[in-house]
Amino acid sequence: MQDLIQLLLNGLSTGAVYALFALGYTLVFSVLGVINFAHGAVFTLGAYFTYLLIGGAVGANGLLAGWQLPFALPFWLALPLAGIAAGGVALVIERIAFAPLRRRSADPLLALITSLGAGVVLVNLIQLLVGAESYAIPTGALAGLPAAIGVLGAQVRSVQLLLLAVATLLLAALSFWIDGTRSGKALQAVSEDAITARLLGIPSDRLIAIAFGLSGVLAGIAGGLVALSVSIAGPYFGIGYGLKGLGVLVLGGLGSIPGAVLGGLIIGLAEACVPAAWSGYRDVVAYGFLFVMLLVRPQGLLGRVLPTKV
Amino acid sequence: MGDLIIDASLLQQMLIGALLALSVYLPLRCGQLSLATPGFYAIGGTLAALLSTRVSGLGGDQPLYPLASLLLEMALAGLLAGVLALGIGKVVLRLRGVYLAIATIALVEILRVTTLNQEGLGGAVGIFGIPQPFPSPEGYGLFTLLVLLVVCWLCDRLERQRIGLAMEAIRDDELAAACQGIDTDRIKLLAFVFSAVLAALVGVISAHFLNSWNARLGNFDASITTLAFVVFGGSRTWPGPVLGGLLLTALPELLRPVGDLRLVVFGLVILLGPLMLPQGLITPERLRGARQRLLLLVPRPQPHRAAGDPGAGGGLGEERR
Repeated sequence: MQDLIQLLLNGLSTGAVYALFALGYTLVFSVLGVINFAHGAVFTLGAYFTYLLIGGAVGANGLLAGWQLPFALPFWLALPLAGIAAGGVALVIERIAFAPLRRRSADPLLALITSLGAGVVLVNLIQLLVGAESYAIPTGALAGLPAAIGVLGAQVRSVQLLLLAVATLLLAALSFWIDGTRSGKALQAVSEDAITARLLGIPSDRLIAIAFGLSGVLAGIAGGLVALSVSIAGPYFGIGYGLKGLGVLVLGGLGSIPGAVLGGLIIGLAEACVPAAWSGYRDVVAYGFLFVMLLVRPQGLLGRVLPTKV
Repeated sequence: MGDLIIDASLLQQMLIGALLALSVYLPLRCGQLSLATPGFYAIGGTLAALLSTRVSGLGGDQPLYPLASLLLEMALAGLLAGVLALGIGKVVLRLRGVYLAIATIALVEILRVTTLNQEGLGGAVGIFGIPQPFPSPEGYGLFTLLVLLVVCWLCDRLERQRIGLAMEAIRDDELAAACQGIDTDRIKLLAFVFSAVLAALVGVISAHFLNSWNARLGNFDASITTLAFVVFGGSRTWPGPVLGGLLLTALPELLRPVGDLRLVVFGLVILLGPLMLPQGLITPERLRGARQRLLLLVPRPQPHRAAGDPGAGGGLGEERR
């Protein structure tokens, strides 16, 4: 029983991070119909921002060796700020890599490549500035919280509960925004049909920018949370998440927001269920789901089938 | 400037880059964005590494690995990749656009993680001491150049023949092509199989050249880099990917003088390339123009298409109306 609860919470907290991450993909995909391959890099950036904002010092290898911010914020303040900073970067990516292509209505596949280019630039800039070493957020960052909490007899790392709580909160806020506010409804209209939305007086360019900004915030916060619960394994550590996020996206249905959440939780739980002897294959779970799903039900669990226009 | 050398070893890498770019180009010619090339490249490489290190009969008694064994490996790798691609392509090619891209990314990752976990396939350590059929990088370079020339010739033939024209028609409008009686599924599958076989052949050469092989050589990064070759060079006619492969493989090395900034610059090229040259460096129109300017007005059989029709057959960068 204890093992089961442990397993469940492990899976849910990993899955919650996957869901946050995939939601960023989904937001952009639902309005533009393209996948933002720089998303993994924004996630990485969020992790580093969090690390710096809580007063962490840069290691010995980058150009900024030894540098640190003159102040140190508590984690609960650093995380949202890092998210906002990551959102700002996502806006810049939108300006540079997506907007010019959209303006001349080029093939959406080109955006795939420009966003990848943006990701490569970001990741290598990080490496240049702070080096390739791994960083860990000190365990004292969560002052006041015990390291582990007993839940129904199982010992659970409080970091995992925090992950779960933050992710749930953000997901709730996001779905409230999309379904309950005017701008959220406008976003839905843009994702339905950008041209018609513009004709109806909806500033679609601004909403696209908002979608990008929000997706960056989500990625940044997910990055900060992973940095706290695991560590920052180097500038490339977002790429693995980026690829797994694709699995989550496809499993839930491209462009479906509840789908991204469901997909994230399923993949998180499935990975937690992989026995330790097979741990090398844990990464295959997401890709396997993705592959099978695409072949059996390409629209995903909660996606819609779009009629093909002739 | 003495440091700036293109040596034989870099040339060899550039040639391999050009070949891989052609492998990505073939499905893209019929509008299919498949990123599976590194997967088949890894299959070829792993097969070559296994055969040449574990099967003693292939080695011969010379100090150099026999060329015949290399060719045999290439034949086997091509066959294996072809059969696999036939099966995989049948299912995967039902997907379109970004879905196909994602499925092929997943395929490459599944292959990579499986190889990484199978000791028999080299596992996380890899396979070392792959025997050398050529004593120097120059030898490899000549052999690879020969392969590249043959593949270019085949691509050139292909582009002029029914199959090549049918591929172009599918890219322009799959439905219209099907209505004209083109068996679109068959053509797409054919392009996918050609691409896989080519990638596996390159993998065999690469494994010997690199002397060691591990699962990381066929990963997501490779998918992207090879795709960048094609997008940068141009995805509408074979000289595009060849040029893109040669240039972009050389770029990080040529940028060595800027030190750690080189990968940032490489990223900038991938980012800005499609923005500035949506169709890539080489388009059929530019090629035709260049040929005329060079007064090489040898009457070559042109695919029947209205002259001076710049919009005909858009590539990846074509504007959508």
